[in-house]
Amino acid sequence: MSNTLTEGGAKGRAGDKVFSNLTLLAGCLILLVLFAVAVFLLVQALPAFTADPAKVTGGEGFWSYIWPILIGTLVAAGIALLIATPIGIGVALFISHFAPRRLAQSLGYVVDLLAAIPSVVYGAWGVAVLAPALVPVYEWLAANAGWIPIFAGPASQTGKTMLTAGIVLSVMILPIITSLSREIFLQTPKLHEEAALAMGATRWEMIRMAVFPFARAGVVSAVMLGLGRALGETMAVALVLSGGILTASLIQSGNQTIAAEIALNFPEAFGLRLAELIAAGLVLFVITLAVNMIARWIISRHKEFSGAN
Amino acid sequence: MSKRIDVKDLNVYYGDFLAVEGVNINIDPKSVTAFIGPSGCGKSTFLRTLNRMHEVLPGARVKGEVLLDGEDLYGPGVDPVTVRSQIGMVFQRPNPFPTMSIRDNVLAGVKLNNKRISRSDADDLVEKSLTGANLWKEVKDRLDKPGSGLSGGQQQRLCIARAIAVAPQVILMDEPCSALDPISTLAIEDLIEELKNEYTVVIVTHNMQQAARVSDKTAFFNIAGTGKPGKLIEYSDTAVIFSNPREKATEDYVSGRFG
Repeated sequence: MSNTLTEGGAKGRAGDKVFSNLTLLAGCLILLVLFAVAVFLLVQALPAFTADPAKVTGGEGFWSYIWPILIGTLVAAGIALLIATPIGIGVALFISHFAPRRLAQSLGYVVDLLAAIPSVVYGAWGVAVLAPALVPVYEWLAANAGWIPIFAGPASQTGKTMLTAGIVLSVMILPIITSLSREIFLQTPKLHEEAALAMGATRWEMIRMAVFPFARAGVVSAVMLGLGRALGETMAVALVLSGGILTASLIQSGNQTIAAEIALNFPEAFGLRLAELIAAGLVLFVITLAVNMIARWIISRHKEFSGAN
Repeated sequence: MSKRIDVKDLNVYYGDFLAVEGVNINIDPKSVTAFIGPSGCGKSTFLRTLNRMHEVLPGARVKGEVLLDGEDLYGPGVDPVTVRSQIGMVFQRPNPFPTMSIRDNVLAGVKLNNKRISRSDADDLVEKSLTGANLWKEVKDRLDKPGSGLSGGQQQRLCIARAIAVAPQVILMDEPCSALDPISTLAIEDLIEELKNEYTVVIVTHNMQQAARVSDKTAFFNIAGTGKPGKLIEYSDTAVIFSNPREKATEDYVSGRFG
Protein backbone atom coordinates (compact mmCIF):
# COMPACT_ATOMS: atom_id res chain seq x y z
CA MET A 1 0.00 0.00 0.00
CA SER A 2 1.36 3.39 -0.92
CA ASN A 3 0.53 6.73 0.61
CA THR A 4 2.10 10.18 0.74
CA LEU A 5 4.45 9.13 3.50
CA THR A 6 5.94 6.11 1.74
CA GLU A 7 6.07 7.61 -1.73
CA GLY A 8 9.46 8.74 -3.02
CA GLY A 9 11.15 7.91 0.27
CA ALA A 10 13.12 4.94 -0.97
CA LYS A 11 14.76 6.86 -3.77
CA GLY A 12 16.16 9.53 -1.46
CA ARG A 13 17.48 6.88 0.89
CA ALA A 14 19.32 5.16 -1.96
CA GLY A 15 21.16 8.39 -2.69
CA ASP A 16 22.03 8.70 0.98
CA LYS A 17 23.37 5.18 1.06
CA VAL A 18 25.56 5.69 -2.00
CA PHE A 19 26.99 8.85 -0.56
CA SER A 20 27.64 7.39 2.86
CA ASN A 21 29.36 4.39 1.26
CA LEU A 22 31.50 6.70 -0.86
CA THR A 23 32.65 8.65 2.18
CA LEU A 24 33.34 5.41 4.04
CA LEU A 25 35.40 4.21 1.08
CA ALA A 26 37.38 7.44 1.00
CA GLY A 27 38.06 7.16 4.71
CA CYS A 28 39.19 3.55 4.41
CA LEU A 29 41.43 4.40 1.46
CA ILE A 30 43.41 6.84 3.58
CA LEU A 31 43.96 4.22 6.28
CA LEU A 32 44.88 1.65 3.62
CA VAL A 33 47.50 3.93 2.05
CA LEU A 34 48.96 4.78 5.44
CA PHE A 35 49.06 1.11 6.36
CA ALA A 36 50.67 0.17 3.04
CA VAL A 37 53.36 2.82 3.46
CA ALA A 38 54.10 1.69 6.99
CA VAL A 39 54.31 -1.98 5.94
CA PHE A 40 56.54 -1.13 2.98
CA LEU A 41 58.89 0.88 5.17
CA LEU A 42 59.06 -1.79 7.87
CA VAL A 43 59.60 -4.74 5.52
CA GLN A 44 62.13 -3.06 3.29
CA ALA A 45 64.01 -1.50 6.18
CA LEU A 46 64.31 -4.69 8.19
CA PRO A 47 67.66 -5.80 6.68
CA ALA A 48 69.26 -2.56 7.86
CA PHE A 49 68.34 -3.32 11.47
CA THR A 50 69.36 -6.97 11.38
CA ALA A 51 72.51 -6.67 9.28
CA ASP A 52 76.00 -7.19 10.64
CA PRO A 53 76.92 -3.75 12.09
CA ALA A 54 80.26 -3.80 10.30
CA LYS A 55 78.59 -3.98 6.92
CA VAL A 56 76.32 -0.95 7.48
CA THR A 57 77.61 2.37 6.14
CA GLY A 58 80.02 3.76 8.68
CA GLY A 59 80.78 0.27 9.96
CA GLU A 60 79.12 0.66 13.37
CA GLY A 61 75.53 -0.39 12.82
CA PHE A 62 72.38 1.39 11.73
CA TRP A 63 71.85 3.61 14.73
CA SER A 64 75.27 5.20 14.59
CA TYR A 65 74.63 5.73 10.89
CA ILE A 66 71.28 7.36 11.40
CA TRP A 67 71.72 9.58 14.44
CA PRO A 68 74.02 12.21 12.87
CA ILE A 69 71.65 12.77 9.97
CA LEU A 70 68.70 12.66 12.34
CA ILE A 71 70.29 15.44 14.38
CA GLY A 72 71.03 17.27 11.13
CA THR A 73 67.39 17.02 10.11
CA LEU A 74 66.18 18.35 13.45
CA VAL A 75 68.74 21.17 13.46
CA ALA A 76 67.82 22.30 9.94
CA ALA A 77 64.12 22.22 10.76
CA GLY A 78 64.78 23.90 14.10
CA ILE A 79 66.65 26.79 12.48
CA ALA A 80 63.86 27.15 9.94
CA LEU A 81 61.21 27.26 12.67
CA LEU A 82 63.20 29.65 14.82
CA ILE A 83 63.36 32.11 11.96
CA ALA A 84 59.99 31.54 10.31
CA THR A 85 57.72 31.40 13.37
CA PRO A 86 58.20 34.94 14.68
CA ILE A 87 58.34 36.44 11.19
CA GLY A 88 55.33 34.44 10.03
CA ILE A 89 53.24 35.40 13.06
CA GLY A 90 54.36 39.01 12.74
CA VAL A 91 53.46 39.22 9.06
CA ALA A 92 50.13 37.49 9.71
CA LEU A 93 49.31 39.94 12.49
CA PHE A 94 50.29 42.87 10.33
CA ILE A 95 48.01 41.65 7.56
CA SER A 96 45.09 40.84 9.85
CA HIS A 97 45.18 43.70 12.33
CA PHE A 98 47.52 46.53 11.37
CA ALA A 99 47.80 47.04 7.64
CA PRO A 100 45.28 49.17 5.77
CA ARG A 101 42.85 46.89 3.98
CA ARG A 102 44.19 47.29 0.47
CA LEU A 103 47.81 46.76 1.43
CA ALA A 104 46.79 43.77 3.54
CA GLN A 105 45.13 42.07 0.60
CA SER A 106 48.04 42.47 -1.79
CA LEU A 107 50.50 41.42 0.88
CA GLY A 108 48.39 38.34 1.50
CA TYR A 109 48.57 37.42 -2.18
CA VAL A 110 52.34 37.87 -2.26
CA VAL A 111 52.77 35.59 0.73
CA ASP A 112 50.54 32.96 -0.86
CA LEU A 113 52.63 33.21 -4.03
CA LEU A 114 55.71 32.31 -1.99
CA ALA A 115 54.07 28.96 -1.31
CA ALA A 116 53.65 28.34 -5.02
CA ILE A 117 57.37 28.47 -5.78
CA PRO A 118 58.70 24.93 -6.40
CA SER A 119 61.26 23.75 -3.88
CA VAL A 120 63.91 23.14 -6.54
CA VAL A 121 63.73 26.85 -7.38
CA TYR A 122 64.29 27.68 -3.71
CA GLY A 123 67.26 25.33 -3.77
CA ALA A 124 68.72 26.95 -6.87
CA TRP A 125 68.23 30.40 -5.33
CA GLY A 126 69.87 29.21 -2.13
CA VAL A 127 72.95 27.96 -3.96
CA ALA A 128 73.29 30.72 -6.51
CA VAL A 129 72.33 33.79 -4.50
CA LEU A 130 71.91 33.27 -0.79
CA ALA A 131 74.97 31.08 -0.08
CA PRO A 132 77.56 33.44 -1.65
CA ALA A 133 75.85 36.43 -0.07
CA LEU A 134 76.13 34.86 3.37
CA VAL A 135 79.86 34.09 3.18
CA PRO A 136 80.94 37.48 4.59
CA VAL A 137 78.37 37.14 7.35
CA TYR A 138 79.73 33.72 8.25
CA GLU A 139 83.27 35.06 8.25
CA TRP A 140 82.25 37.85 10.57
CA LEU A 141 80.47 35.37 12.82
CA ALA A 142 83.50 33.09 12.88
CA ALA A 143 85.75 36.02 13.78
CA ASN A 144 83.52 37.63 16.40
CA ALA A 145 81.30 34.90 17.77
CA GLY A 146 83.55 31.95 17.12
CA TRP A 147 83.68 31.08 20.82
CA ILE A 148 80.08 29.89 20.54
CA PRO A 149 80.38 26.33 19.22
CA ILE A 150 77.65 26.77 16.61
CA PHE A 151 79.56 29.66 15.04
CA ALA A 152 83.01 28.06 15.27
CA GLY A 153 85.31 28.79 12.33
CA PRO A 154 86.73 28.38 9.82
CA ALA A 155 83.68 29.61 7.95
CA SER A 156 82.67 27.88 4.74
CA GLN A 157 83.96 29.67 1.64
CA THR A 158 81.00 28.53 -0.46
CA GLY A 159 78.32 29.38 2.08
CA LYS A 160 76.76 25.94 1.55
CA THR A 161 76.20 25.31 5.22
CA MET A 162 73.58 24.14 7.66
CA LEU A 163 72.63 27.71 8.50
CA THR A 164 72.07 28.55 4.83
CA ALA A 165 69.92 25.44 4.44
CA GLY A 166 67.95 26.43 7.53
CA ILE A 167 67.38 29.94 6.17
CA VAL A 168 66.20 28.58 2.79
CA LEU A 169 63.85 26.21 4.63
CA SER A 170 62.54 29.07 6.74
CA VAL A 171 61.62 31.02 3.61
CA MET A 172 59.85 27.92 2.31
CA ILE A 173 57.75 27.38 5.41
CA LEU A 174 57.08 31.07 5.99
CA PRO A 175 54.01 31.17 3.71
CA ILE A 176 52.49 28.13 5.43
CA ILE A 177 52.81 29.67 8.87
CA THR A 178 51.77 33.11 7.66
CA SER A 179 48.66 32.25 5.70
CA LEU A 180 47.30 29.79 8.27
CA SER A 181 47.97 32.17 11.15
CA ARG A 182 46.40 35.05 9.24
CA GLU A 183 43.22 33.08 8.63
CA ILE A 184 43.00 32.23 12.31
CA PHE A 185 43.74 35.78 13.48
CA LEU A 186 41.00 37.05 11.20
CA GLN A 187 38.53 34.66 12.81
CA THR A 188 38.98 36.12 16.28
CA PRO A 189 35.47 36.98 17.47
CA LYS A 190 34.85 40.75 17.20
CA LEU A 191 33.07 40.34 20.52
CA HIS A 192 36.30 39.56 22.34
CA GLU A 193 38.35 42.17 20.53
CA GLU A 194 35.79 44.79 21.50
CA ALA A 195 35.70 43.53 25.07
CA ALA A 196 39.42 44.21 25.35
CA LEU A 197 39.30 47.56 23.57
CA ALA A 198 36.36 48.75 25.66
CA MET A 199 38.39 48.25 28.82
CA GLY A 200 41.04 50.59 27.53
CA ALA A 201 43.40 48.08 25.97
CA THR A 202 45.81 49.33 23.35
CA ARG A 203 45.86 47.47 20.08
CA TRP A 204 48.80 45.33 21.15
CA GLU A 205 47.14 44.56 24.51
CA MET A 206 43.96 43.66 22.67
CA ILE A 207 45.94 41.27 20.49
CA ARG A 208 47.51 39.66 23.54
CA MET A 209 44.19 39.41 25.38
CA ALA A 210 41.80 38.42 22.63
CA VAL A 211 43.64 37.37 19.48
CA PHE A 212 46.52 35.23 20.73
CA PRO A 213 44.56 33.11 23.21
CA PHE A 214 41.94 32.47 20.57
CA ALA A 215 44.50 31.66 17.89
CA ARG A 216 46.98 29.67 19.92
CA ALA A 217 45.87 26.20 18.90
CA GLY A 218 45.66 27.22 15.26
CA VAL A 219 49.09 28.83 15.30
CA VAL A 220 50.58 25.73 16.89
CA SER A 221 49.09 23.64 14.07
CA ALA A 222 50.40 26.11 11.51
CA VAL A 223 53.89 25.90 12.97
CA MET A 224 53.70 22.12 13.08
CA LEU A 225 52.65 21.97 9.46
CA GLY A 226 55.62 24.17 8.66
CA LEU A 227 57.84 21.89 10.72
CA GLY A 228 56.50 18.90 8.81
CA ARG A 229 57.52 20.48 5.55
CA ALA A 230 60.91 21.52 6.88
CA LEU A 231 61.61 17.99 8.16
CA GLY A 232 60.69 16.34 4.90
CA GLU A 233 62.08 18.90 2.48
CA THR A 234 64.55 17.19 0.17
CA MET A 235 65.40 19.15 -2.93
CA ALA A 236 66.31 22.50 -1.42
CA VAL A 237 68.52 20.96 1.26
CA ALA A 238 70.14 18.55 -1.21
CA LEU A 239 71.10 21.50 -3.40
CA VAL A 240 72.07 24.02 -0.74
CA LEU A 241 73.90 21.93 1.83
CA SER A 242 77.31 20.60 1.10
CA GLY A 243 76.83 17.64 3.39
CA GLY A 244 79.26 15.72 5.49
CA ILE A 245 79.83 14.42 8.97
CA LEU A 246 78.02 15.87 11.97
CA THR A 247 79.59 19.10 13.18
CA ALA A 248 78.45 21.48 15.84
CA SER A 249 79.29 24.53 13.75
CA LEU A 250 76.48 25.74 11.55
CA ILE A 251 78.74 27.88 9.38
CA GLN A 252 81.05 25.12 8.17
CA SER A 253 80.14 22.61 5.53
CA GLY A 254 79.05 19.31 7.01
CA ASN A 255 75.96 17.81 8.52
CA GLN A 256 73.23 16.19 6.48
CA THR A 257 69.48 15.69 6.70
CA ILE A 258 67.64 12.41 6.28
CA ALA A 259 65.62 13.55 3.27
CA ALA A 260 68.63 14.89 1.40
CA GLU A 261 70.70 11.81 2.32
CA ILE A 262 68.03 9.57 0.80
CA ALA A 263 67.67 11.66 -2.33
CA LEU A 264 71.40 11.95 -2.98
CA ASN A 265 72.19 8.27 -2.46
CA PHE A 266 69.08 6.53 -3.69
CA PRO A 267 69.96 6.34 -7.41
CA GLU A 268 73.04 4.20 -6.78
CA ALA A 269 71.80 2.24 -3.82
CA PHE A 270 71.00 -1.47 -3.84
CA GLY A 271 70.84 -4.30 -1.37
CA LEU A 272 71.75 -3.35 2.17
CA ARG A 273 72.37 0.32 1.26
CA LEU A 274 68.84 0.55 -0.12
CA ALA A 275 67.50 -0.95 3.10
CA GLU A 276 69.48 1.61 5.11
CA LEU A 277 67.98 4.49 3.17
CA ILE A 278 64.48 3.12 3.53
CA ALA A 279 65.09 2.66 7.24
CA ALA A 280 66.18 6.30 7.34
CA GLY A 281 62.85 7.12 5.68
CA LEU A 282 61.08 5.13 8.39
CA VAL A 283 62.83 7.17 11.06
CA LEU A 284 61.73 10.38 9.34
CA PHE A 285 58.18 9.03 9.18
CA VAL A 286 58.20 8.29 12.91
CA ILE A 287 59.63 11.74 13.74
CA THR A 288 56.98 13.50 11.68
CA LEU A 289 54.28 11.39 13.31
CA ALA A 290 55.64 12.29 16.74
CA VAL A 291 55.67 15.99 15.86
CA ASN A 292 52.04 15.84 14.85
CA MET A 293 51.05 13.99 18.00
CA ILE A 294 52.87 16.47 20.20
CA ALA A 295 51.09 19.30 18.39
CA ARG A 296 47.73 17.67 19.06
CA TRP A 297 48.61 17.18 22.67
CA ILE A 298 49.58 20.84 23.04
CA ILE A 299 46.30 21.89 21.47
CA SER A 300 44.17 19.61 23.62
CA ARG A 301 45.91 20.51 26.87
CA HIS A 302 43.96 23.75 27.17
CA LYS A 303 40.71 22.53 25.73
CA GLU A 304 38.69 23.70 28.71
CA PHE A 305 39.84 27.25 28.16
CA SER A 306 39.71 27.19 24.36
CA GLY A 307 36.37 28.92 24.10
CA ALA A 308 34.87 26.00 22.21
CA ASN A 309 32.42 25.41 25.06
CA MET B 1 32.86 58.04 41.41
CA SER B 2 30.79 59.27 38.56
CA LYS B 3 30.89 62.08 36.11
CA ARG B 4 28.32 63.83 34.01
CA ILE B 5 28.24 63.72 30.23
CA ASP B 6 27.24 66.68 28.09
CA VAL B 7 26.94 66.17 24.36
CA LYS B 8 26.82 69.20 22.08
CA ASP B 9 25.73 69.08 18.44
CA LEU B 10 27.15 65.66 17.81
CA ASN B 11 27.14 64.23 14.28
CA VAL B 12 28.40 60.69 13.69
CA TYR B 13 29.69 59.66 10.28
CA TYR B 14 30.72 56.38 8.74
CA GLY B 15 32.87 57.60 5.88
CA ASP B 16 30.60 60.08 4.10
CA PHE B 17 27.42 58.58 5.52
CA LEU B 18 25.83 60.64 8.26
CA ALA B 19 24.53 58.05 10.74
CA VAL B 20 23.42 60.24 13.64
CA GLU B 21 22.72 63.94 13.41
CA GLY B 22 22.67 66.83 15.84
CA VAL B 23 22.47 65.16 19.22
CA ASN B 24 22.37 67.40 22.29
CA ILE B 25 21.98 65.62 25.59
CA ASN B 26 23.00 66.11 29.21
CA ILE B 27 23.41 62.97 31.26
CA ASP B 28 23.46 63.38 35.02
CA PRO B 29 25.93 61.58 37.25
CA LYS B 30 24.63 58.76 39.43
CA SER B 31 21.60 58.22 37.28
CA VAL B 32 20.38 55.67 34.79
CA THR B 33 19.64 56.99 31.34
CA ALA B 34 17.93 54.76 28.78
CA PHE B 35 18.12 55.11 25.00
CA ILE B 36 15.12 53.65 23.19
CA GLY B 37 14.06 53.66 19.57
CA PRO B 38 13.53 51.40 16.57
CA SER B 39 16.35 49.28 15.12
CA GLY B 40 18.82 51.24 13.02
CA CYS B 41 17.95 54.59 14.58
CA GLY B 42 21.52 55.12 15.72
CA LYS B 43 21.12 54.71 19.47
CA SER B 44 23.84 52.05 19.70
CA THR B 45 26.06 54.05 17.37
CA PHE B 46 25.58 57.10 19.56
CA LEU B 47 26.25 55.09 22.71
CA ARG B 48 29.52 53.90 21.22
CA THR B 49 30.63 57.45 20.52
CA LEU B 50 30.47 58.08 24.27
CA ASN B 51 33.60 55.98 24.81
CA ARG B 52 34.98 56.22 21.27
CA MET B 53 34.28 52.55 20.59
CA HIS B 54 32.72 53.40 17.24
CA GLU B 55 36.23 54.21 16.03
CA VAL B 56 36.91 50.48 15.90
CA LEU B 57 35.16 50.56 12.52
CA PRO B 58 37.30 52.09 9.79
CA GLY B 59 36.04 55.45 8.54
CA ALA B 60 33.97 56.25 11.63
CA ARG B 61 34.31 59.80 12.93
CA VAL B 62 32.32 62.45 14.78
CA LYS B 63 31.78 66.19 14.70
CA GLY B 64 30.77 67.98 17.85
CA GLU B 65 31.69 67.67 21.49
CA VAL B 66 31.28 65.01 24.14
CA LEU B 67 32.20 66.48 27.51
CA LEU B 68 32.97 64.28 30.47
CA ASP B 69 32.71 66.70 33.41
CA GLY B 70 33.66 69.46 31.01
CA GLU B 71 36.56 67.69 29.30
CA ASP B 72 36.10 66.96 25.60
CA LEU B 73 36.59 63.27 24.76
CA TYR B 74 37.41 64.26 21.21
CA GLY B 75 39.77 67.08 22.11
CA PRO B 76 43.22 67.20 20.58
CA GLY B 77 45.68 64.86 22.24
CA VAL B 78 43.01 62.72 23.88
CA ASP B 79 43.87 59.04 23.61
CA PRO B 80 40.83 56.80 23.03
CA VAL B 81 42.54 54.19 25.20
CA THR B 82 42.38 56.57 28.19
CA VAL B 83 38.77 57.44 27.41
CA ARG B 84 37.77 53.78 27.36
CA SER B 85 39.51 53.03 30.63
CA GLN B 86 37.29 55.68 32.28
CA ILE B 87 34.07 54.83 30.49
CA GLY B 88 33.36 51.11 30.70
CA MET B 89 31.12 49.19 28.37
CA VAL B 90 28.93 46.09 28.56
CA PHE B 91 27.88 44.51 25.29
CA GLN B 92 24.80 42.90 23.83
CA ARG B 93 26.21 39.41 24.00
CA PRO B 94 28.19 38.42 27.10
CA ASN B 95 31.84 38.36 26.11
CA PRO B 96 34.09 37.15 28.90
CA PHE B 97 37.51 36.12 27.63
CA PRO B 98 37.11 32.38 27.03
CA THR B 99 40.73 31.53 27.73
CA MET B 100 40.78 33.28 31.09
CA SER B 101 39.51 32.10 34.43
CA ILE B 102 36.72 33.98 36.17
CA ARG B 103 39.27 35.68 38.39
CA ASP B 104 41.50 36.71 35.48
CA ASN B 105 38.49 38.04 33.61
CA VAL B 106 37.68 40.37 36.47
CA LEU B 107 41.30 41.51 36.66
CA ALA B 108 41.77 41.81 32.89
CA GLY B 109 41.19 45.54 32.79
CA VAL B 110 43.21 46.24 35.90
CA LYS B 111 46.28 44.49 34.55
CA LEU B 112 46.27 46.56 31.37
CA ASN B 113 49.00 49.06 30.61
CA ASN B 114 51.47 46.91 32.56
CA LYS B 115 49.98 47.82 35.90
CA ARG B 116 51.07 45.55 38.71
CA ILE B 117 48.81 44.55 41.54
CA SER B 118 49.70 42.52 44.59
CA ARG B 119 48.07 39.17 45.16
CA SER B 120 46.06 40.28 48.20
CA ASP B 121 44.91 43.51 46.53
CA ALA B 122 43.86 41.45 43.53
CA ASP B 123 41.90 39.05 45.73
CA ASP B 124 40.12 41.95 47.42
CA LEU B 125 39.33 43.59 44.11
CA VAL B 126 37.98 40.36 42.64
CA GLU B 127 35.69 39.88 45.61
CA LYS B 128 34.58 43.50 45.64
CA SER B 129 33.87 43.60 41.91
CA LEU B 130 32.06 40.28 41.84
CA THR B 131 30.05 41.28 44.89
CA GLY B 132 29.25 44.53 43.13
CA ALA B 133 27.98 42.54 40.17
CA ASN B 134 25.89 40.22 42.41
CA LEU B 135 27.94 37.25 41.28
CA TRP B 136 30.29 36.58 44.17
CA LYS B 137 28.15 34.00 45.96
CA GLU B 138 27.64 31.99 42.80
CA VAL B 139 31.27 31.79 41.71
CA LYS B 140 33.41 32.19 44.82
CA ASP B 141 34.29 28.49 44.87
CA ARG B 142 35.30 28.30 41.22
CA LEU B 143 37.25 31.46 40.53
CA ASP B 144 39.86 29.49 38.64
CA LYS B 145 37.38 27.92 36.24
CA PRO B 146 36.92 29.44 32.79
CA GLY B 147 34.41 32.28 32.53
CA SER B 148 32.85 30.65 29.49
CA GLY B 149 31.51 27.86 31.71
CA LEU B 150 28.98 30.16 33.36
CA SER B 151 25.39 30.65 32.23
CA GLY B 152 24.57 33.55 29.93
CA GLY B 153 23.26 35.74 32.73
CA GLN B 154 26.24 34.95 34.94
CA GLN B 155 28.59 35.71 32.06
CA GLN B 156 26.94 39.09 31.58
CA ARG B 157 27.30 39.85 35.29
CA LEU B 158 30.94 38.76 35.01
CA CYS B 159 31.33 41.31 32.22
CA ILE B 160 29.82 43.95 34.49
CA ALA B 161 32.22 42.94 37.25
CA ARG B 162 35.06 43.28 34.75
CA ALA B 163 33.83 46.73 33.81
CA ILE B 164 33.49 48.00 37.40
CA ALA B 165 36.82 46.50 38.51
CA VAL B 166 38.65 49.37 36.84
CA ALA B 167 36.50 51.90 38.73
CA PRO B 168 35.15 53.73 35.68
CA GLN B 169 33.29 57.06 35.78
CA VAL B 170 30.54 55.86 33.50
CA ILE B 171 29.19 52.46 32.46
CA LEU B 172 27.65 52.11 29.02
CA MET B 173 25.40 49.12 28.36
CA ASP B 174 24.43 48.15 24.84
CA GLU B 175 21.26 46.05 25.12
CA PRO B 176 22.81 44.05 27.97
CA CYS B 177 19.80 41.78 28.44
CA SER B 178 18.78 41.04 24.88
CA ALA B 179 20.52 37.65 24.89
CA LEU B 180 19.29 36.66 28.35
CA ASP B 181 16.31 34.84 29.81
CA PRO B 182 13.79 36.77 31.98
CA ILE B 183 15.28 35.67 35.31
CA SER B 184 18.80 36.72 34.33
CA THR B 185 17.35 39.93 32.94
CA LEU B 186 15.78 40.65 36.30
CA ALA B 187 19.10 40.05 38.02
CA ILE B 188 20.82 42.52 35.69
CA GLU B 189 18.08 45.10 36.17
CA ASP B 190 18.40 44.84 39.96
CA LEU B 191 22.12 45.27 39.52
CA ILE B 192 21.67 48.39 37.36
CA GLU B 193 19.54 49.82 40.17
CA GLU B 194 22.47 49.32 42.57
CA LEU B 195 25.15 50.50 40.14
CA LYS B 196 23.39 53.82 39.93
CA ASN B 197 24.48 54.60 43.49
CA GLU B 198 28.07 54.81 42.38
CA TYR B 199 28.20 55.19 38.62
CA THR B 200 26.62 57.05 35.77
CA VAL B 201 24.82 54.36 33.79
CA VAL B 202 23.68 54.68 30.19
CA ILE B 203 21.72 51.78 28.73
CA VAL B 204 20.43 51.07 25.24
CA THR B 205 17.40 48.81 25.26
CA HIS B 206 14.76 47.50 22.91
CA ASN B 207 12.61 46.58 25.82
CA MET B 208 10.44 49.53 26.80
CA GLN B 209 9.31 47.95 30.06
CA GLN B 210 12.96 47.65 30.93
CA ALA B 211 13.56 51.31 30.18
CA ALA B 212 10.55 52.20 32.30
CA ARG B 213 11.71 49.95 35.15
CA VAL B 214 15.36 50.90 35.43
CA SER B 215 15.91 54.40 34.09
CA ASP B 216 15.53 57.87 35.55
CA LYS B 217 15.61 59.57 32.20
CA THR B 218 14.83 58.27 28.74
CA ALA B 219 15.95 59.42 25.33
CA PHE B 220 13.93 58.44 22.28
CA PHE B 221 15.82 58.17 18.98
CA ASN B 222 14.15 57.84 15.60
CA ILE B 223 15.01 57.69 11.96
CA ALA B 224 13.01 59.28 9.15
CA GLY B 225 13.75 56.49 6.67
CA THR B 226 16.48 54.22 5.34
CA GLY B 227 19.61 56.17 4.50
CA LYS B 228 18.53 59.13 6.63
CA PRO B 229 20.43 59.99 9.79
CA GLY B 230 19.09 59.00 13.18
CA LYS B 231 18.07 61.82 15.49
CA LEU B 232 17.33 62.35 19.13
CA ILE B 233 13.62 63.11 19.14
CA GLU B 234 12.87 63.56 22.80
CA TYR B 235 14.75 63.39 26.07
CA SER B 236 12.99 63.70 29.37
CA ASP B 237 12.21 62.05 32.70
CA THR B 238 11.24 58.45 32.10
CA ALA B 239 7.83 59.01 33.66
CA VAL B 240 7.13 61.83 31.23
CA ILE B 241 8.29 59.89 28.17
CA PHE B 242 6.04 56.96 28.99
CA SER B 243 2.97 58.84 30.19
CA ASN B 244 2.94 62.28 28.68
CA PRO B 245 5.50 62.72 25.90
CA ARG B 246 5.80 66.01 24.09
CA GLU B 247 6.30 64.52 20.64
CA LYS B 248 3.76 62.49 18.69
CA ALA B 249 6.46 60.08 17.42
CA THR B 250 7.49 59.26 20.98
CA GLU B 251 3.95 58.59 22.01
CA ASP B 252 3.38 56.33 18.98
CA TYR B 253 6.54 54.39 19.73
CA VAL B 254 6.07 53.88 23.46
CA SER B 255 2.43 52.92 22.99
CA GLY B 256 3.29 50.41 20.26
CA ARG B 257 1.56 52.31 17.43
CA PHE B 258 4.79 52.81 15.65
CA GLY B 259 5.14 52.96 11.87
